[in-house]
Amino acid sequence: MQITSNGKPAEVTDNITVTDLLKELKVATPEYVSVELNGEILDREQFATIRVSDGDTVEFLYFMGGGEL
Amino acid sequence: MSLGFEEIERYSRQILLQQVGGKGQEKLLASKVLLVGAGGLGSPASMYLAAAGVGTIGLIDGDKVDLTNLQRQIVHFTDDIGTPKVESAAAKLKAINPAVNVETYEALALADNILGIVSRYDFIIDGTDNFPAKFLINDACHFAGVPFSHAGILRFDGQLFTVIPGETACYRCLFGGPPPANAVPSCSQAGVLGGVAGVIGCLQATEALKYLLGVGELLTDRMLIFDALSMRFREAKFRRNPRCPLCGENPTITELRDEEQIACDLKAAKA
Repeated sequence: MQITSNGKPAEVTDNITVTDLLKELKVATPEYVSVELNGEILDREQFATIRVSDGDTVEFLYFMGGGEL
Repeated sequence: MSLGFEEIERYSRQILLQQVGGKGQEKLLASKVLLVGAGGLGSPASMYLAAAGVGTIGLIDGDKVDLTNLQRQIVHFTDDIGTPKVESAAAKLKAINPAVNVETYEALALADNILGIVSRYDFIIDGTDNFPAKFLINDACHFAGVPFSHAGILRFDGQLFTVIPGETACYRCLFGGPPPANAVPSCSQAGVLGGVAGVIGCLQATEALKYLLGVGELLTDRMLIFDALSMRFREAKFRRNPRCPLCGENPTITELRDEEQIACDLKAAKA
């Protein structure tokens, strides 16, 4: 199925869980990434159970520091 | 308050803008913006705010200028090495625009001092380098009800969004709390291109000016993500998180506290 991942089309396994999607898309530091599914921020505890559907929009948001140092 | 001839001339290029005009310029001159961090983001942001005639600019930073800062922290010059950053920055802002009142706080932003300072300003710019400080600013702005611009930069990337407390998604809506020490790379570990700090800092200043003027559409409930390598901006939209520990339906954070400080040192991570 096709989803939109961080603004780009991505072909992923049908009906995949968020946990598996993080692996499949090789998302860096998955334990510290915030995931949004169709604009809704997911709880980490939901990653293993929530499934992504065809046409969904997924955003992986990363911690970014920087600035002062 | 009415503008003098010299003020009209100095600010003429923005007074010409229909959305600014003389009234908008008077608003800016009566406004107060606080920059937490006078570094990579705070440098360009503070310079544009001073140039635009924001009447009062506050600067909080406990560091002194170091040689490694100069590659991107453009408000500081080579001769400033060893000088407190707030002092170095204040001198440049006054040189750009002597009419600006610069208030300096040579200190780390911590739970016991930040709330009182934040409450005295109209808009806050987060130009800090570490996650405990970023969460502290988010929380202090929430409790004080003051809007702020959050931003981060790393390597060739930057991101920012604006928070109107109680109305739009906050930093904790997205991330909950800070990552463990050294779990996420910092600029001192992974590096950053100076121009990226400039781009993001200028966008933060622009958000502050828009908010003060009450014009346009703020960068709320969406994060603008900049990738300099592909030279693309992307936008991630989101909504307030009802389970947010700070501004959700059942908040667990009800007073300001310091998050654990991150040791920004690779050696510490290995030890």
